[in-house]
Amino acid sequence: MAWGAETGVDEREYQTHLLAFRQGDVDAFETLFRQHQRAVYGWILRMVRNPAIAEELTSESFWRIYRAHARFEPARGFEGWARRIATHATLDWMRTARAERQLTEELVTEPVASALSDAAVRAEIRAKTARAFERLPPKLRIAAVLAVVEDQPHKEVAQALGISVAAVKLRVFRALRLLRKDLERQGIRP
Amino acid sequence: MNTHDEDRVKQLLHEALPPVDPNAEPARDLWPAVLTRMDARPAMPPWFDWALMGGLLGLAAFFPSAIPVLLYYL
Repeated sequence: MAWGAETGVDEREYQTHLLAFRQGDVDAFETLFRQHQRAVYGWILRMVRNPAIAEELTSESFWRIYRAHARFEPARGFEGWARRIATHATLDWMRTARAERQLTEELVTEPVASALSDAAVRAEIRAKTARAFERLPPKLRIAAVLAVVEDQPHKEVAQALGISVAAVKLRVFRALRLLRKDLERQGIRP
Repeated sequence: MNTHDEDRVKQLLHEALPPVDPNAEPARDLWPAVLTRMDARPAMPPWFDWALMGGLLGLAAFFPSAIPVLLYYL
């Protein structure tokens, strides 16, 4: 079902906006932006888990969406297409951020743990897990955060990444395996 | 990795990553930011358009007899 029909927006009017957007009409694009920005923002937020970065990537994604207007196929719907572009924009950002973080991590030393309470130990495990997760290759990280943490259906994750469901399952498996190895290196046995 | 390990890693992941509000909205209107990007970076043809043009020029250079066919389909 088209998004317009789902949200009560007049379907015929919505289709008109889609066709006008395909021709590069900025007003139609703004209308689509207003209708879909929340969904795209929410999707990106699930992947990056940081509101400020999600806002930045949402505007980047919509800029990419506008740039690709001529390739848009109205019959295939806007939201899935927008979600796919947003996923790739996020992937590009993760690759850049990861390279920068690797440089920074080399300069940071781990604090020495001493006589920690249970709560402190749990907090440390959470922090180490989060850091290990951030060290995963971006492709694996996106698949894992969407499929495992956010419980999104594998089919939706596959569509957003432009890969098969089997490839999503493989990426999730590899992400969990790498995560376990990283945690073991840090002295945590899952 | 067995199922138990997999479940345990998943559990650690759930505990480590902060929950996200499913109804979250941007704190500000992002349309001005999109417009700024559109103004700052004029839309360029995507890379595969350039690749297609290169391919067509190559085809025309190596097979000049194909030029009338290409012109017919343009």
